[in-house]
Amino acid sequence: MPEVRLGDLLVSLYDLFGWGLSEIGLNPSVVSILQKLVAAFILTNFCLLTPLLTIWLERKVSARFQDRLGPNRVGPFGLFQGFADIVKLITKEDITPAGADKTVFNIGPVIAVASVVGIWAVIPFASTMVGTDINVGILYSVAVGAIGTLAIMMGGWASNNKYALLGSFRTVAQLVSYEVPMIIALLIPTLLAGSMSMNTIVQEQQVWFVVAAPIAALLFLISSIAEVGRAPFDLLEAESEIVAGFHVEYTGMKFGVWMLAEFLHAFTICALTAVVFLGGWRGPWVDQYPLLGVVYFLTKTYFVSMIMLWIRVTVPRVRIDQMNDLNWKFLVPLSLVALVVTALVDKSIPVDFSIGSRSLILFLANMVIVVATLLVLRGISRKEQAAQSELQAEVNSI
Amino acid sequence: MTASQIFFLLFASATLVAAYLVVTVRNLIHAALWLVASLLGIASIFVLLDASFMATVEIVLYIGAIAILIVFAVMLTRRVMEDVGPQRTNTWWFGAILAILFFASASTLIWLTQWPTLPEGDVGNTVLILGKSLVDPSKYVVPFEIASVLLIVALIGSIAVALPSKQSE
Amino acid sequence: MAHEWIFIGIILLFGTIFAAVPLVVNTIVAPKKPNVLKNETYECGMETVGDTWIQFKVQYYIFSLVFVIFDVEIVFLFPWAVAYKQLPFFAVVEGVIFIVILAGGLLYAWRKGALDWV
Repeated sequence: MPEVRLGDLLVSLYDLFGWGLSEIGLNPSVVSILQKLVAAFILTNFCLLTPLLTIWLERKVSARFQDRLGPNRVGPFGLFQGFADIVKLITKEDITPAGADKTVFNIGPVIAVASVVGIWAVIPFASTMVGTDINVGILYSVAVGAIGTLAIMMGGWASNNKYALLGSFRTVAQLVSYEVPMIIALLIPTLLAGSMSMNTIVQEQQVWFVVAAPIAALLFLISSIAEVGRAPFDLLEAESEIVAGFHVEYTGMKFGVWMLAEFLHAFTICALTAVVFLGGWRGPWVDQYPLLGVVYFLTKTYFVSMIMLWIRVTVPRVRIDQMNDLNWKFLVPLSLVALVVTALVDKSIPVDFSIGSRSLILFLANMVIVVATLLVLRGISRKEQAAQSELQAEVNSI
Repeated sequence: MTASQIFFLLFASATLVAAYLVVTVRNLIHAALWLVASLLGIASIFVLLDASFMATVEIVLYIGAIAILIVFAVMLTRRVMEDVGPQRTNTWWFGAILAILFFASASTLIWLTQWPTLPEGDVGNTVLILGKSLVDPSKYVVPFEIASVLLIVALIGSIAVALPSKQSE
Repeated sequence: MAHEWIFIGIILLFGTIFAAVPLVVNTIVAPKKPNVLKNETYECGMETVGDTWIQFKVQYYIFSLVFVIFDVEIVFLFPWAVAYKQLPFFAVVEGVIFIVILAGGLLYAWRKGALDWV
């Protein structure tokens, strides 16, 4: 019988469960499948229930930002507002618009949720608690996210609505474009850790990668906000322009499932940022008590989540041409420069340097890029100002 | 029959069914979505072959980029819902002969070639090996760099074709 | 190796089922009173004019073309990044040359005006 360690309680229970099953006399492979089924069941439940908490937190905090109270009627501090919303959505009439492509219309939201839940399979909660540690973890998370893009296109197209279709097109222009800087930003931690497996990346972060690659971290955060389609990049569901974008025709629980996918995706992005750049489950005493890693990981995730919320309630929605220019003319070139500089500088540092000084040198190199970028931007804006004032002078002379 | 053989048959038949539907379904968007399904089937076959990297690349590139491009191109064209024309042309038999010939020659080639087999047991980190050989001068560094140039050619070509020329405006 | 993916298969299956269950419950619980007006396409109360699947700007298409090229290039770089720590300096430079050629393509698209939103 495996011993039960309090510091690693969940994994011990998992082992104990497997041991109990094999004691009954089950085949080892059947036991491992059953173990995986139970673990996946718990993980999926976690994925689908956390958004309830995150949505409550978002509504409460953004209310405070805007000098309101937020939900405060259902349960203590309005904590059960999410459940009330679910009950409401589930009893609402489900309208399928005439002329919609029924099958595609119905499976769109389901695929969106499934694709986001799939990402959680590779996210390490603690050093010993990771769904599955495949050696292509990072690329897998990008790949599964891409299926979500397809789901949005399916939903928008099948609705038989011009606004929804326009939302779909914006999705393509935006989600697909911002995938480029996002993947390049993910290349930098891959390069520093020498692996694409999520758990190895966390293990390699004796110094968090946000120190060695601050630009990559920022690029990843910005482009993932765009990937999720949240404010200020919520062009695909801009209420004032295209009503609600791709989900304008969805009602009842189908709409709820779209919202679930969106909030879960946002939370997943925060988790990915925490894992890849903020050291995931790393923290004090985590070697003796791996279970503490879960606490550290979730704390970091919620921290990133709050930053995202802060951006969301502060910055107004960008225009579509600005969205485009920001990506192709700023984020992509910057990410390429950051990648090249990181690759060359890190290789030039002698191998006997400690991890701390290595990170420091990379940090300084990143700062040089930041300063250079700011100088270039200042030069461009001065040129534009000069052109503007010249134009003004010409107008005045007439 | 081992579990992986059962899964192979399952995935392979799903891929084939999806591929068949791609060419027979009348609605163009449905055809594109079936194409996605069949690509997913191929990705799962890569997984069965222990080629995790190839599987994810299949999803990132073929589903995340190319299939989206195809769905998108179909969405841009008009009247996709009203496709009621005949599904065969008069020269379908010619295409069928070509297809059979191609299938026969390809399968003979596959049958006759001595395929290198993986050593038994753990082969190590395949992505690492791939990465090393991509930039190894004695292996694939020239194809690697040429691939980059080729992609630039593709980029220039696609821009030249798709960008509306300034005169026409 | 392949057994590592069993968990992923299971969780994708669970994700699909868990997302589908509320929809099924919804169809059972919710009232069903469809009428012609309710089922009409929603356009803020106006009647829809013409076909929905009308032609949109080709601009959107160019961006997805550029994206496909970049996506293919970046995927090539992932094995290079994984092997990075064990590579000699000149091999890293080879990867950098690859990136620079990629940047040249970006510059071309930029200069050509393919990245401008018109």
